Amino acid sequence: MSARIEVRFAELAEKGRAGLVTFLTAGDPDPETSREILMGMTDAGADLIELGMPFSDPMADGPAIQLSSQRALAAGASMQTTLALVREFRKSDDATPIILMGYYNPIYIYGPDKFLNDAAEAGVDGLIIVDLPPEEDELLAPLKSSGIDLIYLTAPTTDDARLPVVVKNAGGFVYYVSITGITGTKSAVQSDIASAVARLKRATDLPIAVGFGIRTPDQAAEVAECADAVVVGSALVSELASNIGAGCAAAVHKLVRELAAGVARADKPK
Amino acid sequence: MSDLNSYRTGADENGHFGIYGGRYVAETLMPLILEVERAYHALDGDEAFWAEFAGYLKHYVGRPTPLYFAERMSRHLGGAKIYFKREDLNHTGAHKINNCIGQILLARRMGKTRIIAETGAGQHGVATATVCALFDLPCTIYMGATDIERQAPNVLRMELLGAEVKPVTSGSSTLKDAMNEALRDWVANVSDTYYLIGTVAGPHPYPSMVRDFQSVIGDETKAQILEAEGRLPDSLLACIGGGSNAMGLFHPFLDDADVRIIAVEAAGEGIETGRHAASLSAGGAGVLHGNRTYLLQDDDGQITEAHSISAGLDYPGIGPEHSWLHDVGRVEYVSVTDAEAVESFQLCTRIEGIVPALESAHAIAYAGKIACDLPADHLMVINMSGRGDKDLDSVAKYLEARK
Repeated sequence: MSARIEVRFAELAEKGRAGLVTFLTAGDPDPETSREILMGMTDAGADLIELGMPFSDPMADGPAIQLSSQRALAAGASMQTTLALVREFRKSDDATPIILMGYYNPIYIYGPDKFLNDAAEAGVDGLIIVDLPPEEDELLAPLKSSGIDLIYLTAPTTDDARLPVVVKNAGGFVYYVSITGITGTKSAVQSDIASAVARLKRATDLPIAVGFGIRTPDQAAEVAECADAVVVGSALVSELASNIGAGCAAAVHKLVRELAAGVARADKPK
Repeated sequence: MSDLNSYRTGADENGHFGIYGGRYVAETLMPLILEVERAYHALDGDEAFWAEFAGYLKHYVGRPTPLYFAERMSRHLGGAKIYFKREDLNHTGAHKINNCIGQILLARRMGKTRIIAETGAGQHGVATATVCALFDLPCTIYMGATDIERQAPNVLRMELLGAEVKPVTSGSSTLKDAMNEALRDWVANVSDTYYLIGTVAGPHPYPSMVRDFQSVIGDETKAQILEAEGRLPDSLLACIGGGSNAMGLFHPFLDDADVRIIAVEAAGEGIETGRHAASLSAGGAGVLHGNRTYLLQDDDGQITEAHSISAGLDYPGIGPEHSWLHDVGRVEYVSVTDAEAVESFQLCTRIEGIVPALESAHAIAYAGKIACDLPADHLMVINMSGRGDKDLDSVAKYLEARK
């Protein structure tokens, strides 16, 4: 298991609060602005950072993240520039976990062994590969020596019979996709999330992060009551998109601070 | 031939053909994919299902389609004895309806009440809208905005049939983007919706299932050529985008070692120009739309745009079983350009009185390249996968631009 992810969740447990996981697409809207956003993310209140690996065909993402991928690719992003961004971040922050999130093809083309090696060397802690379900287990063997966690998604459609299959090789934390849908569209009902998290807790000892459809500090606060971490993606990416060329990074960091405050005020039962 | 030596046993239990195929989908969809797989496997030996399927193919689709000896084309090309398998005579004008009948019957068995599909040229969209009209199911068809523009008559047909046609403007606004959008719809509507994929691609079990429903083409061809000629053909030709008409014709012949099998990809403006749709001739292995297969992509793994005058071939991937057949060498994969396809479109129309789909014209064009070197008793079957009425506009524009 990645040391940084394990340590970070232990710290959060100690503090008695949930963590805030923020998502941005690497290289969106351009290399320099993306770097500026990432560098200020921890200070603004992110506990873990998900960095999207841009892909031409993001099948599980809604319009906000589709567009962020297109902007990044148009501005020259590639797997090389994404890993370089992580390397840069690690120079000043050796504690905040970085999770790369994306689709399998760019990893497959990079070469899975070489990718895992380069990602570990750059300081990556976890991987979320949206279109690599547990049935396609080709990354598991090379992962073992890399120290990188493969973080699996679970969904409302993942029933109790299937759950053990999904969490069997899971590392880091388990990501609960709180809606049946693509990113940044509808939002789940709080009580459904609470019972889903309870169901996941019965199947795994790993922390549970909840994402998809969490947009506001109030929603973040609600979800933080039952989850170990709250993931916000599309709302941040939309904030970025509507402030391009006009204090993009500051706008994103402001929303991160508000979300962090929301998570911090959640009433988390011990 | 024993199973061990057969080309017809795939996919394996995890949906792989060699290293290709599989189920590369988001977790939200995985339980649905497994549900479709269970329903598909339950069809094995289900005589009632296959009788119902055959009944609709006979009485509604109009099967069997003729195996027509194209005498003037044979003489014109000056070599082989050429037969056309007339899938263009199916109801709705292409082979696509065979698969749609099979899958709509399956969807009904699964209790699904809403159908979604992607379409490129609009042939699969029309076939899907048709079976949805027949079985009174609401249906949404995703179609790239670029394709909507070049296939306007098919859009109107779908709408008249009661389908909602949703334009897709993301990415390159063509078939691959329509497939992305259909997958997004499915993720959001998991409980009531069935995704009716139109080709031998996508996550397992779709490549195997669509092949099984399309294999009626090859099964009929085999019986018909034996009746007409008393022996198997020497060669089979079919165009290939995703690859369903080709797979349907080829699969029943894969273990007949003496039958040469050729699939024709779209070379667009020429492979060397980079503006083409020849995934096997010029692409590499990758993962997209639920399966590992040959794709058009750059060296960062980003999918690149396909190009073909034929909207039905304009896809940057190909069915995974074709990728496997390519690697093991059982099927030859070649390509012809837009210009060659349009020339054959005109030729076939003029000398046989048959307006072929631009897709099918690719297969005819390749036949034109090899027929003259073949002996007169060489039996060649070309899959006339669809009729070309939908393409008149594209051909007119193409010819106008070259005046």
